[in-house]
Amino acid sequence: MSGSARPIRAGSVAGARSKRRPTVKHNGMLPGFGLTLGLTTAYLGLIVVIPLAGLVLKAGQLGPAQLLAAVASPRSLAAFRVSFGAAAIAAAANGVVGVLLAWTLTRYRFPGRRLLDGLIDLPFALPTAVAGIALTALYVDDGWIGQLLKPLGIVIAFTPAGICVAMAFIGLPFVVRTVQPVLRDLKRDAEEAALTLGATPWQIFRRVILPPLMPAVLTGVALAFARGVGEYGSVIFIAGNRPGVSEIVPLLIVTKLEQYDYPGAAALGTAMLLISFGFLLLIQRSQRRSGVHGL
Amino acid sequence: MASDPHARDIGEPWLLRLVLVAGACTVITLMLVLPLAVVFAEAFAKGVGYLLSVLSTPDSLAAIRLTLVIAAIVVPANTVFGVAAAWCITRYQFPGRRVLVSLIGLPFSVSPVIAGLVYVLLFGLDGWLGPFLQAHDIKIIFALPGLVLATGFVTLPFVAGQLIPLMQAQGIEQEQAALTLGASGWQIFFRITLPRIRWALLYGVLLCNARAMGEFGAVSVVSGHIRGVTNTMPLHIEILYSEYDLAAAFGVALLLSCMALLTMAAKAFLDWRDHRQFALGAQAALVAPV
Repeated sequence: MSGSARPIRAGSVAGARSKRRPTVKHNGMLPGFGLTLGLTTAYLGLIVVIPLAGLVLKAGQLGPAQLLAAVASPRSLAAFRVSFGAAAIAAAANGVVGVLLAWTLTRYRFPGRRLLDGLIDLPFALPTAVAGIALTALYVDDGWIGQLLKPLGIVIAFTPAGICVAMAFIGLPFVVRTVQPVLRDLKRDAEEAALTLGATPWQIFRRVILPPLMPAVLTGVALAFARGVGEYGSVIFIAGNRPGVSEIVPLLIVTKLEQYDYPGAAALGTAMLLISFGFLLLIQRSQRRSGVHGL
Repeated sequence: MASDPHARDIGEPWLLRLVLVAGACTVITLMLVLPLAVVFAEAFAKGVGYLLSVLSTPDSLAAIRLTLVIAAIVVPANTVFGVAAAWCITRYQFPGRRVLVSLIGLPFSVSPVIAGLVYVLLFGLDGWLGPFLQAHDIKIIFALPGLVLATGFVTLPFVAGQLIPLMQAQGIEQEQAALTLGASGWQIFFRITLPRIRWALLYGVLLCNARAMGEFGAVSVVSGHIRGVTNTMPLHIEILYSEYDLAAAFGVALLLSCMALLTMAAKAFLDWRDHRQFALGAQAALVAPV
């Protein structure tokens, strides 16, 4: 097994951005390759690969007609529409709000900034079921926010709008935390130059700051979108869960499982898996092209 | 703070800054502070006495115990896995390395419901191994092993996600120096590597734990919702909530919220300690493989 491994040479490991130094020939490979690779592949195989393969195989057992019936039934199609539509709306909103938050938290100094910055991580740390019941309590008719919206004729809880609210909550940190490091590393020279040339703040933002920020914004939005599509816990409490109207795909999968429709659940699950797989590849491709690196 | 290069006084007029800061504060209050505040308000709505009585019912205690047991199994397992994975991915080059990184990140992009579903299809009554398990009277689905597996799937990337980018950036010069001086593999790991990654490791463990205790979708699918037996804290919240016992549901939610706040406080401390921003999601790091 260890025959196929090459030691990483000193000097070539500091990351793609650093210039390649003349490499010293090292044939001293660190010990532990067989052990760690064996452990890693065995664990990944047992926990992730085999179970996922089982899912795809289960869906593969169905005939094309059955597959189509499960994935393309009116109820399923409606659920896909709700899941993807709500996730897209929430991710787009997060794109705008996330840039605003990243900007103010990175560029300005004001009292309480650190506390607010720390709070951005709340949706990552708060269990989704807690987020779900908390958001529902806020947006029901007599909730803190719901009673303010009710006179305006806006109903959030138990409608598709509620799904967007939950997904926006869950996705918010992705955009902020992807944009912040890029914003922090941004050189200010160009801005200063634009300012001395008489550009307005909006022009500076639009023409100087936004272009280098855009890849990070898009990555954040894509991550928020992907998370929103798969989200279950925070959504089901506030959604109302009416089939065809406010039923998301993960809930439909759970419903099918509860009715012991295993093939149907497997078909839907495989469809979602393939979609999120394709989406992941897309994000990776665009990230590699734009040179955005991991946080 | 005054010497902070990011805070140099150029650009936007003060009125615009004021508006932007006020806007950011409003958004954070509406989207983040209020949901947290409402948990506290609703949990104490019927008084501290009721809250304590809710948390000390046998069902609640069983849910708390089960959640702790699951975390106690899943977190160490995923920690060992994360360290091993980071070691082999950042210390060697071999074919399939990128694929391995992508696979480790996969649970992040899979719906938690699917994480539960795959185990039902594998071990459930109608699943691939269902008949065998039934013949040997082994319970996985609707029992502790299923809950552990589903939670393990969902939380698998957290430790590895923190360690891989860090160990990649640190390089292996120090380890190789130790090797030429005759250190053994374990000596190198415990004396050289571990001290340099301990904060990121601790942070990954905290994140893994927070998610393990808070996971809902995946365990919901494999749990069967048997009260006092396969009911974790998040599932217990759902049951209490569907019974319209809001104060009780939010009481259990309060415990999990405190766990989340502690995790965030630890993150803030580690950020300050290590002078770097830990990536809480750890997601982007795995999406853009090294």
